[in-house]
Amino acid sequence: MMIQSLGQNLVFGLLVGALYGLVALGLSLIFGVTKFLNVAHGELVMFGGYACFWAFSLLGVDPFISIPISMVFLFLLGAVVYRLVFSRTVKLPEESKIKNTLLVAFGLSVILQNLALNFFTADERSVTTSYAMKAFTIAGVRFPVMRLASLVVAVLFLVALTLFLRKTYTGKAIRATAQNWEAASLMGIDIHKVYLLAFALGASLAGVAGILVTVNYSIYPTMGLSWTLKALIVMVLGGLGNIPGALIGGLILGVTESATSFFIDSNYREVAGLVLFLLVLIFRPQGLFGMKES
Amino acid sequence: MLKLENVDVFYKELQALWGVSLTVNQGEIVALVGPNGAGKTTILNLISGMLKPGAGEISFLGNPLARITPHRIVELGISQVPESGKIFTGMSVLENLELGAFVMRARQKRTESLQRVYEMFPRLAERKSQQAGTLSGGERQMLAIGRALMSDPKLLMLDEPSFGLAPILVEQMFEMIARINQQGLTILLVEQNVQSSLELAHRAYLLENGQIVGEGKGRELLSYESVRSAYLG
Repeated sequence: MMIQSLGQNLVFGLLVGALYGLVALGLSLIFGVTKFLNVAHGELVMFGGYACFWAFSLLGVDPFISIPISMVFLFLLGAVVYRLVFSRTVKLPEESKIKNTLLVAFGLSVILQNLALNFFTADERSVTTSYAMKAFTIAGVRFPVMRLASLVVAVLFLVALTLFLRKTYTGKAIRATAQNWEAASLMGIDIHKVYLLAFALGASLAGVAGILVTVNYSIYPTMGLSWTLKALIVMVLGGLGNIPGALIGGLILGVTESATSFFIDSNYREVAGLVLFLLVLIFRPQGLFGMKES
Repeated sequence: MLKLENVDVFYKELQALWGVSLTVNQGEIVALVGPNGAGKTTILNLISGMLKPGAGEISFLGNPLARITPHRIVELGISQVPESGKIFTGMSVLENLELGAFVMRARQKRTESLQRVYEMFPRLAERKSQQAGTLSGGERQMLAIGRALMSDPKLLMLDEPSFGLAPILVEQMFEMIARINQQGLTILLVEQNVQSSLELAHRAYLLENGQIVGEGKGRELLSYESVRSAYLG
């Protein structure tokens, strides 16, 4: 019995962790390429969630079918936000870029929250599909279908992003710009276009994550901060800008949280994540899988 | 081919170049020599569009460069090998070279250019799938030059290509530059190694404190008393 519920906890932690990983994936892509610390990432997740919610409740579109809708919407939102706000900080040296984008993104998160509050009200929303409660059991461990689908989606997007960055010319240009923007610029790469693309792509990944949050949890205008925080912890665990590290970091955070609720108390699960965050910053600031030199 | 006329450059308030004028003609090797901080790299960054002039004109094959962005300048046919190479260490040798041919004009000739670079640097062909970060100093410099050649440039600018190399490699590097030039490429060279670069260059400019203080044929400059005492001891 003990083993079984331990197994259940582990599985649950992994499934939740995949979602954390997906939320962090977009943030990590944006940070890795542009060195923008976009603390409004959680708000982008929220808007992705609302895209899914309205598509479902107004048009009856299945949440998983609405993935492309949400992605396109967030891609455009990301592009607009980059053009209006972040593009002004591109020329700053790296350190002041991080500080300035932190402030700018904080302001942006307040604006996005209030826009959502104004247009969508403060009500908590979520999407419950006909198959939401389905689950199957292996060796006494329950696998809820919705969570499992989230894991699959997260892994699919990680693989797709990795292939895009490794195999396509545009992807290589993005990686080159992330490694050394000056050299990339001397290769004839328009780094402003690359930044715009990376930011919009990161935002569209937040859009996908928003859908999974909507079907597994609920969405409301002020939800952003807690998801930004999770994504930050995961990004630090996996190494700043490390793409596969984001998913692994997410799984670690998910398992740590569920282990904390199992062995200690579920009230401490959030604390466990933050303690892990501090320990990594103190002992391995380059992240669990990050290399010292970029 | 390339012409700078009375160019001033400022870093914020600080003036780095004062009324610099220089020309590079088709087929030449032109060297810029001078002490650290004289403004040699500034001139290269200015030509490649990384810096914009405060005053003066720059033109390349009749196109004014002062207002256009770095990636457009690469498209026009100027390629810069930055100081210490700045290769993409986290990517393979082949990927580095592919990125060199990023601009549209070079993309069509990619296979051809790659063949040429591999012939020139067989070592790069041997290591094409290796991470660039694992290369030795000399190999990195080869990769940086090979990457710049991939863009099929008309003018190649080299910033301290011999920096940090062992003496034997330095010699090979200068032979390599001469060979690239013989194949028809115009070269603008910035060097600390005054003796070798003046021997190599057709013409050279002497730079001090952001101003051009002398110009002449490479070997002529070598015999100047002021150059000898300042750089060659």
